[in-house]
Amino acid sequence: MNFFSNLSLRWKIPLRVMAAVLGTALAVTVALLVKDYEDMRLNLEAHAKSLGRVLANTLVTPVLHDDLWRAFEILQSAREAHPASAEMEAQMMVVLDNERRVFVSSRPRDYPVGARPEDIGGSFGKLGETVVWDEAVAQQVLEPEGSLHYFVVSPLVTDGELLGHVALGYSKAAFLPRYFDLVARAALVTLLVLIILLPVSWIWARRTGEPLLQLATAMEGVPANLESAGLADLPHSRDEIGLLAQSFRRMIEDLKRQQELETQMVASERLAAVGRLSAGIAHEINNPLGGMLTAIKTWQRHGGGDPMAEQTLSLLERGLTQIRNTVAALLVETKTQDRPFEPADIDDLLILVEAQAQARAVRVAVEGGLALPLPLPATLLRQILLNLLLNAIAAADEGGTVKLGLAAAEGLLRLSVCNDGQHIPDEQMTTLFEPFVTGRAKGHGLGLWVVYQIVRQLNGGLTVDSEPGCTTFHIEIPYAETQ
Amino acid sequence: MSPLSHPLVSPPRRDFLARAAGLSLGVVLPGTAWANASKRAIRIGLTPVFLDDQVSFTARWRRWLEEQLDRPVIFVQRGNYREVVDLVRSGKIDFAWLCGFPYVRHRREMRLVAVPEWRGQPRYQSYLIADARNIGIRSLADLRGTVFAYSDPDSNSGFLYPQYALTQSGKNPATYFSRTFFTWAHRKVVEAVSLGIASGGAVDGYVWEMLSEIHPELTSVTRIIEKSPPLGYPPFVARLDIPETDLQRFRTVLLGMADDAQGAALLQRLRLDGFVPGSPDLYDGIARMAEKVRRS
Repeated sequence: MNFFSNLSLRWKIPLRVMAAVLGTALAVTVALLVKDYEDMRLNLEAHAKSLGRVLANTLVTPVLHDDLWRAFEILQSAREAHPASAEMEAQMMVVLDNERRVFVSSRPRDYPVGARPEDIGGSFGKLGETVVWDEAVAQQVLEPEGSLHYFVVSPLVTDGELLGHVALGYSKAAFLPRYFDLVARAALVTLLVLIILLPVSWIWARRTGEPLLQLATAMEGVPANLESAGLADLPHSRDEIGLLAQSFRRMIEDLKRQQELETQMVASERLAAVGRLSAGIAHEINNPLGGMLTAIKTWQRHGGGDPMAEQTLSLLERGLTQIRNTVAALLVETKTQDRPFEPADIDDLLILVEAQAQARAVRVAVEGGLALPLPLPATLLRQILLNLLLNAIAAADEGGTVKLGLAAAEGLLRLSVCNDGQHIPDEQMTTLFEPFVTGRAKGHGLGLWVVYQIVRQLNGGLTVDSEPGCTTFHIEIPYAETQ
Repeated sequence: MSPLSHPLVSPPRRDFLARAAGLSLGVVLPGTAWANASKRAIRIGLTPVFLDDQVSFTARWRRWLEEQLDRPVIFVQRGNYREVVDLVRSGKIDFAWLCGFPYVRHRREMRLVAVPEWRGQPRYQSYLIADARNIGIRSLADLRGTVFAYSDPDSNSGFLYPQYALTQSGKNPATYFSRTFFTWAHRKVVEAVSLGIASGGAVDGYVWEMLSEIHPELTSVTRIIEKSPPLGYPPFVARLDIPETDLQRFRTVLLGMADDAQGAALLQRLRLDGFVPGSPDLYDGIARMAEKVRRS
């Protein structure tokens, strides 16, 4: 039982259906056979009774006239009436007189003239004990206990006088071959039906179980493997399984969204922390740095002409300048004063990236464009687009395409840069915008950090879709509409 | 139904039609059929003194007699001897093949025509037979208290002889057997004994011998336990008022039967040698037995 309860639905449902089909077939067959048996018995009994009645009527005269031979001839002719079917053939026909002695019988040697049932014994002897010897009882169908025969006993009555009885004995065994023949035929038909029905119901049962099995398999992937779980081939029907599948899909969607949200939050929180940290460090560095550079400048202007010192200070100045540049890159700040972003800026950008694009035989295509200048800082936007375009050209396949998309409407500038190169692996996504993180051998890893910082400062949003063959950076920046 | 489409069998009607046909054609057609049709039919009663259930044989015999007598012949068969005997006595039939027993009883009411000869004699025997499977039965004495089959109460061999034999040995035939019954034919006595319905039976020896030839399976399960002395063979008789010419004609035909090729073939079928005129005293033996039984 435990084994069955642990069995997969893949087997359990078909097995149960099989059991139901087999049970039904068996029950129907048995019911039909029982009915057939009854019918056959009734048919036989009716036949025996009618033969008994006919014989009883015909035998009245010979018995009344004590014409034994005539009575025997009547029995003989009745005997040959149905030679075709064995069970219809009376095994014994015995005429008893009113003293219950054998008047004549169809088998004189076994049932001799003048004998009493008790002298003969056997089935017939038992019959003698069970019969009600009375003319009032029209016909009796008797089955003496332990007898191999059953009997139809009809009274011979004329003018209200009981002359005797006619007992017809039928073998129970003779009845069986024909019944077994019937059983064999019924079994064959049942078998044929089952041969057709079983595979069909097996397939149906498997189909019924299949969605559940798929659901169970898909469920195993939750929450670790949402992507593949969401791809499971679940039915779209409107039944319970369909509804279940629908809920499952909704759950997977919710879980995915939640996971994405969590990942985003973690990433942006980290970025924010990194931003604050670097901004703080930058400020702390910038203050003394400015003083140091001013001191070096002052010394150079009023310097003592010491070549050694000149050389050393010059070295210091270059190093400090490099620190300042790096810090400045970290600390992206919106300049309060800047000119608006114009359509011509896009042309400039294309010219700027042309050399790189040609070097890798990458085609740069522009979709959309700007009709009017936008009240957004041109320098920053140029930097964003330049960084993204250069990244895209570097990431695109040799001879590939980079698409730049621009659209401005209803106070929102939508930018997109797309390349057809290798997509960004998932594990890199989380740290994509962090400083000093790079996917390439060259590069310091500040490009996207700068882009991110600028977009954040412009209150914009940035998303990346990376699928094989298409990596797209989407940026949305709000601007104040002039009208 | 029109009279013409009705199956016409009764002689007067055939007579009328023959005459009507002759008139309408204006000529009298020659030929036995027409000639026979114009004469009164001879009616012959048959009893189971021979195997009268051989329908094809009786039909051939009837045709042969018609040819010989130049008269239509009608065989009259009945369920028992008495009916045929009564038909002869009342003159309803012309001739009959009867048993010797009814003949001696009604000797004054009928005339002897001819007697068949069997195995060279106009005599035969009655056989008392028993169930061959019952080896304990060796004689009539062993049959006491058993079931016994007679053929016909008017049969010499099938009734009178066993009655006589019992009477002779001082037994009462009415109580000697536990049960007796009539089969109304000799052949059926053999059947009854062979099937075991009766332990013993009385049968015409001629019929038994003939059956043992054509149905040995019947007789082989019976055993002859006693044979009567030779007794007068069942004779052909005529009604008392038979026209002398008819009687002579029929007698001549019977007596000449063995000399005719077809007649001989028919006799061979009956296993008979032929016919002899016979005389009434041939049946005195039967008459004595009948008298003995009547008195007892």
